[in-house]
Amino acid sequence: MGMTLAEKILARAAGRSAVCAGELVTCTVDKIMATDITAPLTIEVFRRMGATRVADPEACILINDHFVPAKDIRSADFARAMREFAKEQGIRRYFEVGRSGICHVLVPEKGLVSPGELFVGADSHTCTAGALGAFATGVGSTDLAAAWALKELWFRVPPTLRVELRGSFGPHVTSKDAVLRLIGELGVEGARYQAIEFHGEALVTMPMHARLTLCNMAVEAGAKAGMIPCDDITAAYVTAHGGSVDRAVTPDADASYTAVLAIDVSALEPQVAEPFMPSNIRPVGDFRGLRVDQVFIGSCTNGYLEDLRAAAAILRGRKVADGVRLIVTPATQSIYLEAVREGIVADLVEAGAAVTTPTCGACLGGHMGVLGKDEVALATTNRNFRGRMGDLSARVYLANPAVAAATAVTGTITHPEELP
Amino acid sequence: MSEGEILRGRVWRFGDHVDTDVIIPVRYCNMFRKEELGPHAMAGADPEFASRIAPGDLIVAGTNFGCGSSRETAPVALLGAGVGAVVAASFGRIFFRNAVNVGLPIFESPEASAACQAGDRLVVDAARGVIRNETRGLSFPFAPYSAQVAEIIAAGGLVPYVRRRLGLPAEE
Repeated sequence: MGMTLAEKILARAAGRSAVCAGELVTCTVDKIMATDITAPLTIEVFRRMGATRVADPEACILINDHFVPAKDIRSADFARAMREFAKEQGIRRYFEVGRSGICHVLVPEKGLVSPGELFVGADSHTCTAGALGAFATGVGSTDLAAAWALKELWFRVPPTLRVELRGSFGPHVTSKDAVLRLIGELGVEGARYQAIEFHGEALVTMPMHARLTLCNMAVEAGAKAGMIPCDDITAAYVTAHGGSVDRAVTPDADASYTAVLAIDVSALEPQVAEPFMPSNIRPVGDFRGLRVDQVFIGSCTNGYLEDLRAAAAILRGRKVADGVRLIVTPATQSIYLEAVREGIVADLVEAGAAVTTPTCGACLGGHMGVLGKDEVALATTNRNFRGRMGDLSARVYLANPAVAAATAVTGTITHPEELP
Repeated sequence: MSEGEILRGRVWRFGDHVDTDVIIPVRYCNMFRKEELGPHAMAGADPEFASRIAPGDLIVAGTNFGCGSSRETAPVALLGAGVGAVVAASFGRIFFRNAVNVGLPIFESPEASAACQAGDRLVVDAARGVIRNETRGLSFPFAPYSAQVAEIIAAGGLVPYVRRRLGLPAEE
């Protein structure tokens, strides 16, 4: 019997010719990532394990992104702990404030993970890198410490759900809308413990940033991984960013899937997920007139250059509505720099937006955009759980960047087509 | 947690999809020790939770408990608050691994989840694989751990497991 993409990568990493869903395997991990929010606990556990040296410093990636630039004294101490650990262990892939970015966007941008690799990160959205044809999954700090110490970790080989994306995207409809629709159909645990493998002709029209957005939210359906087999688009992107396609694998034609689900993106309208779950989706038109206090454009889901371009195209020559705050966070320094060079930042600032340095801050209610009591936000992020962006009474609606920009202009949830 | 342990406590009841932002809101995630996190456990659902529970009390929840972020501070906060175990219809994948790794006892039982109410007295007999609701006189099985998970639990968590792999003696 043939193997899925997940099975092929885990088989190679386990040193086996084949594995099948449900098996428990011990795998050599290729890349291991921590951030300033998860590294300090990982370091403490690593010491308790009695380990003194990471098994492979070249496999380790340390990224400042969550609570940086430091939001308070404790966060500064967290960042310092990671900085000192990088130095002590000779970890070269350490990214300091000002040369960093949101980890899931920085990893592909810097070519740190390549197709066919097994990648674990102490952050649930590590599944984003599945868009590169890697097996990428989030783990906790203790698992990560074990991976630092041994360069291996146990996995249950997940069954795979195959998702076919048919058709082509209409104006103002993006892969964010496709994945929100998928989560709406599956529910927040519909893919629990499974890998999601994406196929279909719509992928051919999706550049890498759109694919990364798609795989980013696989975890919101409970999935262990969201994956796109390596194709020409992947190969061109990876090669251009310093990665390698030497380990790229594709699923077998006779691989076994738990189910096949098709989504026709041609029929899709921009989607909005209402509180308090990303699966609570309805077409944007259903929320017409709903007033917001804040719009946030950024995060590992939608902080790409193309997302900022889409927002700027709508905001150019327009103003953010009275009584509304628009906060825009480019995901990485390179994206920020390019947005400055293209005039995007000028367009956003002239419209009345606050453009911040790259950080996860606002998305997780850390800093630079925390919501107060009873506030309502529309955000291009991935989670709208109770209290996610601030006060427990605050309400977060999820949408794509064009909807976010249009909403900032009117102050109510708005389809970009309806702007005067 | 060791394999043969018997856990007793009162039930604190929560619903489906209790995410890690509810278990430990991010404003407390600039700390990681269980003593610091414990007072804030479940603050996203009930800010008084940690001060009201008795050590060893159990959380009984619906499906997908611990979904969301990978923050290991979630099971650590529950340990810090004195939660003896979590019984749920199902668990979020990363939370499940984290709980096993840090030694928070967790049991998957849709039947127990459906039948237990707040304040019920529960006994979990891990060796026999049974959850007893003493208030209602009901017993429920729970899903046995896989061999790999059982090995980590038997070792006392992932830390002793890795120490053994590195050829080191147990932690003092």
